[in-house]
Amino acid sequence: MLYAILCYNEEAITSAWSKEEDDAVMGRLMKVQDGLRQQGKLGPVARLLPTTAATTLRKSGEAPIVIDGPFAETKEQLLGFYMVDVGSLDEALGIANDLATANPGVGSYEIRPVSIFFQNGT
Amino acid sequence: MTDIAWIHNALSAARPQAVAALLRYFRDLDTAEEAFQDACLRALKSWPKNGPPRDPAAWLIFVGRNAAIDQVRKQSRTTALPDDDKISDLDDAEASMAERLDGSDYRDDVLRLLFVCCHPDLPATQQIALALRIVSGLSVNQIARAFLVSDAAMEQRITRAKGRVARGNVPFEAPGAVERSERFAAVAAMIYLVFNEGYSADGDEQPARSPLCDEAIRLARLLLRLFPTEPEMMGLLALMLLQHARRAARFDAEGQVVLLDDQDRKLWSGKMIAEGLALIDKALRHRRPVPYQVQAAIAALHARAQRPEDTDWTEIDILYATLEVMQPSPVITLNRSVAVAKLRGPQAALDMIEPLAAKLDSYFNFHGVRGAYLLQLGRKGDAREAFDRAIALARTPAEAAHIRTHLDRLIADSTTPKRAAAQK
Repeated sequence: MLYAILCYNEEAITSAWSKEEDDAVMGRLMKVQDGLRQQGKLGPVARLLPTTAATTLRKSGEAPIVIDGPFAETKEQLLGFYMVDVGSLDEALGIANDLATANPGVGSYEIRPVSIFFQNGT
Repeated sequence: MTDIAWIHNALSAARPQAVAALLRYFRDLDTAEEAFQDACLRALKSWPKNGPPRDPAAWLIFVGRNAAIDQVRKQSRTTALPDDDKISDLDDAEASMAERLDGSDYRDDVLRLLFVCCHPDLPATQQIALALRIVSGLSVNQIARAFLVSDAAMEQRITRAKGRVARGNVPFEAPGAVERSERFAAVAAMIYLVFNEGYSADGDEQPARSPLCDEAIRLARLLLRLFPTEPEMMGLLALMLLQHARRAARFDAEGQVVLLDDQDRKLWSGKMIAEGLALIDKALRHRRPVPYQVQAAIAALHARAQRPEDTDWTEIDILYATLEVMQPSPVITLNRSVAVAKLRGPQAALDMIEPLAAKLDSYFNFHGVRGAYLLQLGRKGDAREAFDRAIALARTPAEAAHIRTHLDRLIADSTTPKRAAAQK
């Protein structure tokens, strides 16, 4: 079974970490990651940029609405994710729009730039 | 990270929201600050035992409010009761725990707290000191070190600023759309002042002052989380991130300035650049360019270039031209001339800045930049005069040292003319 492990924390705290604090945390996480990689259990790993860099495309009838900021609705749940390599926010929004068209109804797509990415744990 | 370090981080992250809400309840800065201090002391006792609360800011507001009300009640036994409006919201305090922190009240609380620090009667240095003390919670000693003054002088500066704020009319009513956007502009300008205090520091002052840059970035992030659709704050945060990303490369080991062209780009922070670029992308979608955004776009073009020769000077020239229209200033024209020099040569750049001589005669950078163009044109005598003038106007030893390296090169060139010619 493949599992996605989603990381949650209070951003006001993590984004205020000094470089030393941040490096220390990342160093400890890398050790965990190295062990998993050696066991062949690790898939893609990503650290996202802060939610202030996020944009959300909300499905709504015919034309979806683009909203600044992260997904904020508590009555909907995270059901999956795509990772796309594109040149601009507009291009990413275009893809989200295609997804919304293919799967109409309610819901949102939060577009969050990725800060650190490991394809196979390395 | 140890428990205590975690608690310390949680307390400082919650501080702006908590102090801002307490200011709304008590309508007095000192009372709000003391209430927050009380709440922090209790948190240090309670959180290690009971674990951190789910919502630290709500916990601190609730506990701080009760502590301050207790204090007011104790005092009221000996002095007359305060006016009712001094202690608003005395209704069921338990209910406040249920209040959501993302409510619009809290957004306007934080904006108000920052806006109070931008009181127009306060000179810029007092605005910054007050914001760092009250909103960021830096100690008087930390702020004094950043401003290179004694603790006592800084204490006095902050007390004086608080007095002025208390005598002025702090606006407690919920702001309308126009007022909110005015407050936003004032607060953005103040945050950029905080940033520049750190950014403009000399190499040897950097360790003490560069935390001001981090603090300004933290405040801008906080505001953008609360007001996610403000392109002005996106632009400002992007600008600060893109400038601060170069921090490690801006000074050499001796604390001397390293010019953009000579910086080791591997030392730039890729993470900050990525965040800055993402924010510019977001801001552009609003099609409502503000000066911060244009400045950020210029910084982004520098940040995108892997090598100095990859820099898109044509685009930088266009952006400076836009900025000249948005906020005409001789300093912007002077900056634009650097792009013009790269694109059309030193003579064109010199022609562009000569008319600014009267306005910028006492500006260090003007003479430094002018000297550099003259030197490129081979007008050594004129270049030397300009550099001498720049050194006389330098505000910091690093500025003077930087110009002196130009002069040294000039003198070296003129004493060994043949070798210099051969090198060409």
